[in-house]
Amino acid sequence: MFENLNERLERSFQLLKGHGKITEINVAETLKDVRRALLDADVNFKIAKSFTATVKEKALGQNVLTSLKPNQLMVKIVHDELAELMGGENVDIDIKGNPAVILIAGLQGSGKTTFSGKLAHLLKTKRSKNPLLVAGDVYRPAAIDQLHVLGEQIGVPVYSDKDNKNPVKIAEAAIKEAKAKGYDLVIVDTAGRLAVDEEMMKEIEAVKKAIKPSEILFVVDSMTGQDAVNTAKEFNDRLDFDGVVLTKLDGDTRGGAALSIRSVVDKPIKFVGTGEKMEALDVFHPSRMADRILGMGDIVSLVERA
Amino acid sequence: AKTKESVFKKLSRAVAGKSKVDEDILDELEEILISSDVGVDTTVRIIERIEKRVEEDKFLGTAELNRILKEEISALLQENNKGEYDTWELPKSDYPYVIMVVGVNGVGKTTTIGKLAHQFKQSGRKVMLGAADTFRAAAVQQLHIWADRVQVPIVDQGMGADPASVAFETLTKAKQEGIDVVIIDTAGRLHNKINLMNELSKIKRVMDRVIPDAPHEILLVLDGSTGQNAFEQAKQFTLATEVNALAITKLDGTAKGGVVIGVSDQFKIPVKYIGIGEAMTDLQVFNRDEFVDSLFN
Ligand SMILES: Nc1nc2c(ncn2[C@@H]2O[C@H](COP(=O)(O)OP(=O)(O)OP(=O)(O)O)[C@@H](O)[C@H]2O)c(=O)[nH]1
Ligand SMILES: Nc1nc2c(ncn2[C@@H]2O[C@H](COP(=O)(O)OP(=O)(O)OP(=O)(O)O)[C@@H](O)[C@H]2O)c(=O)[nH]1
Ligand SMILES: [Mg+2]
Ligand SMILES: [Mg+2]
Repeated sequence: MFENLNERLERSFQLLKGHGKITEINVAETLKDVRRALLDADVNFKIAKSFTATVKEKALGQNVLTSLKPNQLMVKIVHDELAELMGGENVDIDIKGNPAVILIAGLQGSGKTTFSGKLAHLLKTKRSKNPLLVAGDVYRPAAIDQLHVLGEQIGVPVYSDKDNKNPVKIAEAAIKEAKAKGYDLVIVDTAGRLAVDEEMMKEIEAVKKAIKPSEILFVVDSMTGQDAVNTAKEFNDRLDFDGVVLTKLDGDTRGGAALSIRSVVDKPIKFVGTGEKMEALDVFHPSRMADRILGMGDIVSLVERA
Repeated sequence: AKTKESVFKKLSRAVAGKSKVDEDILDELEEILISSDVGVDTTVRIIERIEKRVEEDKFLGTAELNRILKEEISALLQENNKGEYDTWELPKSDYPYVIMVVGVNGVGKTTTIGKLAHQFKQSGRKVMLGAADTFRAAAVQQLHIWADRVQVPIVDQGMGADPASVAFETLTKAKQEGIDVVIIDTAGRLHNKINLMNELSKIKRVMDRVIPDAPHEILLVLDGSTGQNAFEQAKQFTLATEVNALAITKLDGTAKGGVVIGVSDQFKIPVKYIGIGEAMTDLQVFNRDEFVDSLFN
C-alpha cells in the first residue's frame, strides 16, 4: 500500500516537473495526492485539508522567488511544512523538583507501563537519577506485577500497595516514601482510561491535584487513527499535559496521529517508543517523523535523482 | 468539539430541497467515513456504489439515501458475515475446538480471551486456557487472574517458556480432560518482525500434531482505535497464520473502528466479536447492522 502511495506521489511530483511554474491548475493533482497520502497515514481529515490548503498557498506564493523546479519546490514546501507542524527544537522534561514527580496517562494498552519503566531506566542511567516507580493502576489484572517485573529488570524499586484501591492515596504515600528514603524522582504509572469515562477522568484529575507533578506525559499508540484528535484533546483539556509519548514506532505505521495531535493540542512530542525492551526509547525527531508520515525520505531522494 | 448530530440528520439537511444526491452530500459522507477510519479506498468504493444506485433509482429522497447507505456498507461486510456467527454456539466439529488469539501489542488479546472464556462457560462449555504469552512482563499472571475470575482451568509453564510447548501441553491436557473449547493466548507482536511472526507459525503448526486441524479458529484482535495500519496487520498475520476471524476491541470509546470494513472485505475474514469494555461481560457477537449504525451515531 505504502509503496504505491510513494510511487503515485512521485509521479504527481514528476508531472509538475515539465511546467515552468506552479499554477492553480497544474498543482491540483499533486495536492490531491498529498491529501490522499496524509489520510492513508491517518492524519486527521480536517488537518489534512488545512494542510493541503496551506501548501497550495505557499506553493503559488513562492514561485517567483526561487530557482527550484516546480516539482522540487513542491517537495520542499510539503516537507518543510510538515516538519514545522511537527515542532522545532526538542523539549526536555522537567525533572528539577526533589523529588521530581512525573505522571503518566493514556488510553488502555497504549504503552504506559512499559514507558514508565523505560523512562526510569533512561533517567537512572543517563541522568544519574534515583527513581521510584509507582504502581497506580489498581484495575488491570496483574498491572502491579507487570511494573514489578520491569522494575526488577532495570534495578529500580517499585512502590505498590495491593490492599489499597485508591490511586490518589497510593501516589501520595509513594511520594512520602520517596522523600523519606531519598528518591529524587517519582514516576507514577496509571490505569488506561477512555476519555469518555467520566469517573476515570475525574480520578486522574484528582491524582494530578494531589501530587502536583512537574511533568505529565500523555502516552499514545502511533497506530492510532482518526480518533487521536478527540482523545488527545480531551486528555489535554482535563490534565493540561506537558508532552506526548508516541509508542510502537518500531512497527510500520506512518504515524499520522503524531501530526494530528501536535496540531490539535500544541504540545511537544518528547519521546518515542521503539520496542518492548527497556532500552527501546528515543527522543523525538520532528523532521524524521515528517519524513515518515509521507514517506518523504524516499520521495525527496527520488525527486533529487530525477 | 465534535457534533453529536447523526450522519443521517446531517445528510437529511444536505439532502433537503434537493432532488438528487449532489457533491455536497457526497463530501459530507466522505468526511464522516474517513473520520471513522474507513480509509480512502473503502470510502471511495462506498461512494461509487451510492452514485451508481442513485443513477439507477433516479430520484432519491432522504429516507432512501439512508437506507441505501446502510445497505451498501453492510454489503461490504455481508459476504463474510453470513449470519452463522450471530450466537455463541460453536461450529459442529470434534471437540476440543481450538482458538488461537493473535495480534499486535496491547490490542486486547488477553482480555478478549477472558471474556470469551466467560461466554463459552456461560453457555455450558468446558473451557481451558493456554498461557503461551511467556514474554510480556506478567502476562502469565494476567491470564491466571482471568482464569480465576471466570473459573476455568489454565495451563502454563511460567514466564520464558517455549510458547509452542505451552500450546502443545494445553491441547494434550484438553484432549485428555474432555474440554470443549481451548483458547491460546499469544504474546503481542508487531507484524513487521519476521522472527516473531515465524514463531507464531510454529506455535500454530505444533497444535495440529495434537488435534488434527487445530487451531480451528485463528482470531486476529484489532484495536478499534487503530487506523489504516490495520490493513498491514491483517495481511501479515494472515500470511503467518491463516487468520479466519476478527475481533475488534475498545469500541466503548469514541473510535468507530471503521477500518474493519475494508479489512474484512479485502481479506474475506468475518468479524466475529466486538469488545466494549474491560469487564468480563463486555464482549458481544458482532452485529453488522448495529455496527453500521454506530458509524453514524
Ligand atoms: N513493539 C513495541 N511494543 C510496545 C512498545 N511500548 C509498549 N509496547 C507493548 O505494548 C503492550 C502494551 O504495553 P503496556 O505498557 O502494558 O501498556 P499500558 O498503556 O500500560 O496498558 P494498560 O495499563 O492496560 O492501559 C505490551 O505488549 C508492551 O510490551 C513499543 O514501543 N514497541
Ligand atoms: N475500554 C476497553 N478496554 C479494553 C478492551 N479490551 C481490552 N481493553 C484494555 O486494553 C488493555 C490491554 O489489554 P490486553 O488484553 O492486556 O491486551 P493484549 O493484546 O493482551 O496486550 P499484550 O499481550 O501486551 O500484547 C487493558 O487495559 C484492557 O483492560 C475493550 O473492549 N474496551
Ligand atoms: Mg499499564
Ligand atoms: Mg496479552
